[in-house]
Amino acid sequence: MKYIPATQAERERMLRSAGVRTVDELFRDIPEEVRLKRPLDLPPAVPDPDLLAHMRRLADRNTDCDRLACFLGAGAYDHFVPSTVPHLALKPEFLTAYTPYQAELMQGELQAIYEYQTMMCELTGMDVANASMYDGASATGEAASMAADLTKRAEVLVSTAVHPEYREVLRTYTSHLPITVRDLPARDGVTPPEAARQAVTDATAAVIVQSPNFFGSIEDGDALASAAHARGALLVVAIAEPVSLGLLRPPGAYGADIVTGEGQALGNALNYGGPYLGMIATRDAFVRRIPGRLVGRTVDTEGRPGYVLTLQTREQHIRRAKATSNICTNEALNALVAAVYMATLGKQGMRDVAELCARKAHYARTRIAAVPGYSIAWDAPTFNEFVVRCPMPPAEINRRLLEHGILGGLPLGRFYPDLADCWLLCVTERRTREEIDRLAGHLETLQ
Amino acid sequence: MYPKELRYSKEHEWAKTEGKRVRVGITKFAADRLSDVVYVELPAVGADIAFMQPFGVVESVKAVSDLYAPVSGKVVEINKALVEKPEVINMDPYGEAWMILVEPKDPGELGQLMDAAAYAAMVGEATS
Repeated sequence: MKYIPATQAERERMLRSAGVRTVDELFRDIPEEVRLKRPLDLPPAVPDPDLLAHMRRLADRNTDCDRLACFLGAGAYDHFVPSTVPHLALKPEFLTAYTPYQAELMQGELQAIYEYQTMMCELTGMDVANASMYDGASATGEAASMAADLTKRAEVLVSTAVHPEYREVLRTYTSHLPITVRDLPARDGVTPPEAARQAVTDATAAVIVQSPNFFGSIEDGDALASAAHARGALLVVAIAEPVSLGLLRPPGAYGADIVTGEGQALGNALNYGGPYLGMIATRDAFVRRIPGRLVGRTVDTEGRPGYVLTLQTREQHIRRAKATSNICTNEALNALVAAVYMATLGKQGMRDVAELCARKAHYARTRIAAVPGYSIAWDAPTFNEFVVRCPMPPAEINRRLLEHGILGGLPLGRFYPDLADCWLLCVTERRTREEIDRLAGHLETLQ
Repeated sequence: MYPKELRYSKEHEWAKTEGKRVRVGITKFAADRLSDVVYVELPAVGADIAFMQPFGVVESVKAVSDLYAPVSGKVVEINKALVEKPEVINMDPYGEAWMILVEPKDPGELGQLMDAAAYAAMVGEATS
């Protein structure tokens, strides 16, 4: 099948049908002086095999985490993806399915989303999860607007240990809403619950924290929840690395009211930064305020199980100007990937991956702390990321490591000017002891 | 269909004076148009509400609509049973399905509402 009908005969047929004689006539509404009057400056056409070779040469100028030892995380994680994930998720029936618009015709897609939602609830310890959102940053913005709406309060407090890009999007998201965003400064790599307790007022809709936070530290969820709840504010917990929940207590267990975050780590490739997978989950009592699509399970007139889009009256295509969110879609394929990933691993598998991450990161942490001039920035417990203070600029270290096939961590100075000597390293289950030793060995010899 | 002793807003709420207080609900016309009501969100007791401003939300299988206050004042009681059994809005809109009881700031505002005949005319029905 031809996708570009471009033979002379086809063009003439189309021109006839459009009622014009030449292609130029189609452009007569465009002023003469802005029209291009020469052919495009393109090289002559090449045969298919030559074109493919050319494209391959261009693609080879990129590199990726199959060729480098990646110690970079900071919101996007290089995990092993089992082959069941692409095998199932790329089946054409799933691959071509968009968010359910002809909902009831798409039972397979709806069932997959329903299972994604169910697993997301188990992972986060919450009652209800939606069909997914755009990404972790915008999901966090939605959580803020949801909290303001639920509490009828206008201020949200956000820890500076939340991903800086999430905070930037949060500010953009709320800039035209009656919501004020106030920073809650992190200290020693964590959000101090006492500072949160003092900052929360009767005007605070939500305290937004991330755990493990942007510095990799695990926050004191219980204390932060009680600080928020003491004045009637909600606790919003952003999860940037959901694999951590294979090991750590789910936010629902320590009192989170809304869990938001980024689901990329669940079987999705790094994808050069997107498309990613926004997650949001909440308590039963708040289900009518959860943004986006929601799949429910029901029975048909003959008692057979079936799936539907439920509570659609909240959504903007029904509620129009009164809707509390403008999201009427989801990241269907990314959510499917996450569902297949979680189903493939199972509960024990999720725990095993998380344990591998934690153990390898701990090994790297100990190993690097022993390199002269390098130290671990803070004492707080960490999962698979941690911050290192360096004797030379982290960007320079990265440049040198790249020459040896190692992708270094994130120089924190870009987001935190006072942490210019700090380097955020990530160690997933894909890193081997040999790679970690190699990293530490290079740090020892770098001058 | 539209009891004579009630006053009616153009947004389909009814208001009933009970001594110094005003009881509020939605009309049979509104309930029929919404079809099966599945959820209602009411203000907290003690909340201040303003004349013809939203005070709550009613949701049916078809639509979500705001509820408008037919009088300004303080909410002194809400119908908690309605939150558990919103379907009574379809069955008994003027009785069991009352929504809030208000201590009005200016009972004169009720004069701006319609009587049963005017409301019936607005929705295109004859008074029963």
